[in-house]
Amino acid sequence: MSAIVEARASIPRENARGLEADARRERISMFSLCTPSLLVVALIVFLPVGWLFWLSFFDPAGQPTLENYARMFDSRAYIKTFTMTFKVSFMVTGVCVLIGYPLAYLISQLPARAAGVCMVFVILPFWTSLLVRTYAWLVLLQRKGIINGWLIDLGIIDEPLRLVHNFTGTVIGMIHILLPFLVLPLYAAMKSIDRDYLKAASNLGASPVRAFWQIFFPLSLPGLFAGVVLVFVLCLGFYVTPALLGGGKVHMWAMRIESSVNLYANWGAASALGVVLLVVTLVLLWGLNRLFGLDRVYSGR
Amino acid sequence: MAAGSQSLPITISGVTKAYGALKALDDVSIDVASREFITLLGPSGSGKTTLLMVLAGFVRPDYGSVKFGDEEVITKPPHRRDVGMVFQNYALFPHMNVFGNIAYPLKLRNVPRPDVEQRVERALDLVQLGGLGDRGVDQLSGGQRQRVALARAIVFEPRILLMDEPLSALDKKLREQMQIEIKHLHEKLDMTIVYVTHDQREALTMSDRVAVINHGRFMQIDEPKRLYGRPLNRFVADFIGESSFLPVSVQDGVARLDGTELKLDGRPASDSERQLLVVRPEKLEVLENGQGGDLNCLTGTVSDLIFQGESFLFYVKIADGTVIAVRSPSRRESIAAVPGVGEPIRLGLHPEDTIVVPENP
Amino acid sequence: MGVATETQITHARRLWLYVYCGLVMFFLIAPSLIVIPMSFSDAAYLEFPPREWSLRWYENYFGSIEWRDATVVSLKVAVMTCLVATPIGTAAAYGLHVAGFRIAPTIQTVLLMPLMVPIILIGIGVFYLYARLGLNYSITGLVLAHTVLAIPFVVITVGSGLKTYDMNQERVARSLGASRLRAFLTITLPQIRFSVIAGSLFAFITSLDEVIVALFVSGGENATLTRRMFNALRDQIDPTIAAISTCLIIVSVLMLVAVQVFGRGRNA
Repeated sequence: MSAIVEARASIPRENARGLEADARRERISMFSLCTPSLLVVALIVFLPVGWLFWLSFFDPAGQPTLENYARMFDSRAYIKTFTMTFKVSFMVTGVCVLIGYPLAYLISQLPARAAGVCMVFVILPFWTSLLVRTYAWLVLLQRKGIINGWLIDLGIIDEPLRLVHNFTGTVIGMIHILLPFLVLPLYAAMKSIDRDYLKAASNLGASPVRAFWQIFFPLSLPGLFAGVVLVFVLCLGFYVTPALLGGGKVHMWAMRIESSVNLYANWGAASALGVVLLVVTLVLLWGLNRLFGLDRVYSGR
Repeated sequence: MAAGSQSLPITISGVTKAYGALKALDDVSIDVASREFITLLGPSGSGKTTLLMVLAGFVRPDYGSVKFGDEEVITKPPHRRDVGMVFQNYALFPHMNVFGNIAYPLKLRNVPRPDVEQRVERALDLVQLGGLGDRGVDQLSGGQRQRVALARAIVFEPRILLMDEPLSALDKKLREQMQIEIKHLHEKLDMTIVYVTHDQREALTMSDRVAVINHGRFMQIDEPKRLYGRPLNRFVADFIGESSFLPVSVQDGVARLDGTELKLDGRPASDSERQLLVVRPEKLEVLENGQGGDLNCLTGTVSDLIFQGESFLFYVKIADGTVIAVRSPSRRESIAAVPGVGEPIRLGLHPEDTIVVPENP
Repeated sequence: MGVATETQITHARRLWLYVYCGLVMFFLIAPSLIVIPMSFSDAAYLEFPPREWSLRWYENYFGSIEWRDATVVSLKVAVMTCLVATPIGTAAAYGLHVAGFRIAPTIQTVLLMPLMVPIILIGIGVFYLYARLGLNYSITGLVLAHTVLAIPFVVITVGSGLKTYDMNQERVARSLGASRLRAFLTITLPQIRFSVIAGSLFAFITSLDEVIVALFVSGGENATLTRRMFNALRDQIDPTIAAISTCLIIVSVLMLVAVQVFGRGRNA
């Protein structure tokens, strides 16, 4: 019987080419599984956006120009739009954090069954149609609506408050719609914080409040930032709720894009606005990814 | 099992697989005889599982040839290679019951229904699980799952069976029992078996031959007895059984330990200043004064004595400070022969058990 | 009151948290719930609680040709989106999971792009594209656009299902003689079916509720329910919408229940 095997050095690299061809064939067939999806996404997202990008450099007459971009810095109307958009976005995001963080915290600390029940309160609105929710706020907030009705009945006010068809109504509606987008990633991140950290802290003498601020809160920051960026980015591009609840007084970025197309047929202007919105969105998302690795947080859906 | 299918020899030559700079398999070649039970033995990361996966078709080497019988299979996809395979975690299909699992390969081969039932029952009987076809997978114990995985792998009468550490998840008693059962199965069925494990005891128990592998290369391929008694390099001597190593130098075919010539059974493989004497703990005899004229002798002092149940281990410090281990069975004469801690002791090693290996594996 | 956590925080000390969160949860759920009883009100303007109960808004809804047609269009598009997005999304998720090619993460990002690009931009972009392809106001065009919006959900859901699945079983099946496709269909798919079903339900509801692209791309005979609702809301507050909303809420609830039932024991 053989002892140490002597390498059959005389045989050259057998089958190398066949094996390589085989490997390539397999890669291609696996890739082809992705092809239909890629094609469809390319057709509906990349092609039009690319086209629009191209259009943004032309004026309505078809002449190349940088006017569409320059207008963003000169036009008072545009600046008003940007200011309003950011105002709304910061406000909505801020309030969402204030009311969403404690909720996410509570749910993440509850035992499984109670947490499940509470999650329904978050997930059901999340999957309820945007229009339905906006409509509900329209009904709730209008002059003859429920909230005014109660407040008057309770004697708190005499005249109905202007709660809708203005900034207030828009913000309230958007908060309601975007809150789950903050709570869900935040909850996922909080769930993955090891309870042992808090136990160790309390073992070492930290009061629950201190343990929270010094240990839990910093560990929850990646999830918080993910939620914040997501909500903010969605606010920037929001259309439906400001259009319906804003009463024409809340000029958001997306509405200006829409009016540029439908009212003025100025594709160049609309495209430029859209491109800038896209760039701002992507920069924020990319920044978050660099800081915290966005994909990890979202796998906990 | 029906006669008619004949087991196949396996010829592996020049198989190489690199992951970046790391060579998982380095120009590996071996001939496995028809109906042989060969074990690939090595530590984790040695390449044994990779080689098995190459045989199964799940890992594509960079180059090389694998033949089953006369047929080159290296570019054949796994589902056409007609080999049975048992995985470490059994991988039973949870959405089918035992019968469904075992019948699966037969259904793939369009075996008619009555034959399917017959063959599944026979497979179950072979693995001592007769009549359990209705059970769900989650109702089985670990040992039973292992047997179902085995039955599933042999029901379609493959000519070659590949097993990837199938017993490592079982407890000791069950493992030893299964080792014997697999051995019996091998005797009954006409199959070539390639078995992968990191447990040297398992390898020595079950195999016709063992191929010791490390860093993607074969260190030694031999029958268990020879592998144990005549290791060819330091790695094999260290990996199989316990060993202590003492430096020796070899000149003109004569090996010297500390200047003293060693009595050997045969010539050492090469001449070199730096070689090693392999000392197996159980091969050393405790010598009385005047005994051991025909043996190689070592002197030293007893430094430690540990009772380990069926045997006891004691450590002896020899002249140059090295400590070697000696193992004696817990028999009355052996216990009486051992001096106490701190006492001088003479140990004898039979020339047949005196093994010299090169220092580098 | 007992102790709520291992760090000895009592329920009493946490009361403020429970109250605060209770209010937030009420805020989240109340609007949707209020719509339901309102849809049964008899009054011509919206009031709560309704003084008189009637089904007139439902009659209005199901009796009106425009609303009925819009509903049919929306359902048609949603079902077709579901049927298209689920197989191609599942295939993509499988391909990404199984293949070792280096550009896999890039492909995954590309497939998730529809979530990252502002929807308004996709809306006008698709409108522009379809104007040139003649797909505006067509069901095909809408299904295509909604499929793209639904694919990320399918890919994420099926992808996470695959992550908890033991791929060894496919290897075993192949070693036993099954080709890759057969192994997938007989072994893998039955075991990830919960993820696939969940993904398809998400695709369905995403299409059903989608507003912006539908605003630009659907219209005329093929106006979707969402488009009609949006326009109706802009003009005046028709209580019929309360009835429609209630129906949509029921669909959402059913869908969530289905996902829970099918997702039992597997994925989130």
